[in-house]
Amino acid sequence: MIKSTTILEARNLEVVRGGTMILNVPSLLIKEGEVLSLIGPNGAGKTTLLQTLSYLLKPFEGEIFFRGKKVETNHSVLEYRRKLAMVFQEPLLFDATVFNNIATGLKIRGMKRGKIRNRVMEQLERFGISHLNDRSARTLSGGEAQRTSLARAFALQPEILLLDEPFTSLDPPTRDSLIEDLEYILQQTRTTAIFATHDRLEALRLSDRIAVMNEGKILQIGATGEVMNHPVNEFVASFVGVETILTGKVIKQNGGTFVASIGGQEIEVVGEVHLGETAVLCIRPENVTLSIHLSKESISARNVFQGRIVKITPLGFYQKVQLHCGFLLVAYITNHSLEELSLVEGKEVRASFKATAVTVMRRGRGEKEKELV
Amino acid sequence: MDLILEGIKKAFWLIVTFDPEVMGITFLSLQVSGLATLISLFIGISTGVTVALSRFPGKRIVVSLINTGMGLPPVVVGLFVTIFLWRNGPLGFFGILYTPTAMILAQTVIATPIVMGITLAAIQQLPQKLRLQILALGATRLQMVWILIKEAKLPLLAAVMAGFGGVISEVGASIMVGGNIKGYSRVLTTATVMETSRGNFDIAIALGIILLLLAYFINLILTQIQQKTRVR
Repeated sequence: MIKSTTILEARNLEVVRGGTMILNVPSLLIKEGEVLSLIGPNGAGKTTLLQTLSYLLKPFEGEIFFRGKKVETNHSVLEYRRKLAMVFQEPLLFDATVFNNIATGLKIRGMKRGKIRNRVMEQLERFGISHLNDRSARTLSGGEAQRTSLARAFALQPEILLLDEPFTSLDPPTRDSLIEDLEYILQQTRTTAIFATHDRLEALRLSDRIAVMNEGKILQIGATGEVMNHPVNEFVASFVGVETILTGKVIKQNGGTFVASIGGQEIEVVGEVHLGETAVLCIRPENVTLSIHLSKESISARNVFQGRIVKITPLGFYQKVQLHCGFLLVAYITNHSLEELSLVEGKEVRASFKATAVTVMRRGRGEKEKELV
Repeated sequence: MDLILEGIKKAFWLIVTFDPEVMGITFLSLQVSGLATLISLFIGISTGVTVALSRFPGKRIVVSLINTGMGLPPVVVGLFVTIFLWRNGPLGFFGILYTPTAMILAQTVIATPIVMGITLAAIQQLPQKLRLQILALGATRLQMVWILIKEAKLPLLAAVMAGFGGVISEVGASIMVGGNIKGYSRVLTTATVMETSRGNFDIAIALGIILLLLAYFINLILTQIQQKTRVR
């Protein structure tokens, strides 16, 4: 067998609650050792999918295969569940010491005391909480509690780790340090993981593949870069951070590139479309460059537009600049650049982006893609 | 005023000299109410947990019935237990009316809904997701129930206190099904009622004080356990 064995396969998963289908996943394959992120807004079905995959949510339609073997009888469900571990958004610790919390899953499996001790100690060290060993779980801070919860999951040496927004309720510094540790531990242990989050940056950091979900369906699944740069429809595009989504007619077509007309402007794009077709263009804000020199020279990018800044929104380390140049274009620039270029609302600037920085979706194509996934 | 002072003096004397009759009554009280509480814990906790964890039509009605049961008037319990145990009653063939066994039975009927109601509330107030987390850790259903009970140990200790407190201080049912027979089915509460009606205030006060002390010490011990687990 090659490296990428399928560890988990789900077919025709359907969950109906109150007459509404809240999960509809025709097929999902998880490869051994990969980290798959499920991203999507609240209510997209991420939690439902994770809980269905772990047989915690019943009843549901469909089949689950673990290493090619179907999980069906009560006995095989328990056996299967003991190969998984799940971490929830809340730490859900027991009213016991940190040590006993981490040991719980092992005790459930009837492991010998000495062995439990070794396993727990190993995890305490790995998550940097050895000093909390004897502390009551009730007295932990949010970050410490979530570390304990993760340690409790890793102590089981799960074949698949399911993470349901484990960082959502943590403050940013705590979250960052925990993500960093988890990233390292996942790499070290080569644990297969499915990670639900509504934060695309978390997903970017941790995952090999991303699945974008909405309304119980997987809209797109693929390698992280693929999904980020080539969203299949407008929903995915906006969710993975594409700020500018434009619709226009294809007016010129020339072997591998084409020109679309949008708001009286012409945008050149690399891609295959037919003349006269309506194309949807996605431009990521970090691919747009702003300049205050209004001449066209010394710019290699094909698409250069002059426009007026309509709004500047600070986003922490960078600024979101919206400008009007026949159409609304969004660019991200650093705080430093904003100061250097002395950009203010109402100022005329020149925006440019490469023809390759534009992702094309044909109108309506995304809808069909939904059915295919 | 003299009456009370005299009473207290006599009571003190009866207690410190370990008066055999008073001690016998006290011991029987503890025995009957202790056993009744123990039985009600088994029935109450298992049923309470089952109801809390299962979903079925009419659950609300069952829960409201249990909650009503928590305030079951002892006299009514006494009445029905008496009817059931009456010579011609459905359980008359046991021949246990006017015995300590009948009192244990009646007190169990009183304490069980109390324990059940508190257990139900205690399990239901645990976060819903905790059950999923326990199952996700690989627990069987039985293991999950056990862990949940451990998680709810503080309110469950309160259930023990409330159950025991309810039955040790109860008089109506005990007098009806036990008959207050001297040296056989006489407990602290029934003896207090009788001595008071006879005008023997000194003994009545002594019994009352013992009852209060008993209730206090039992609760003190349970509270100790409860608070100790909380601090850790």
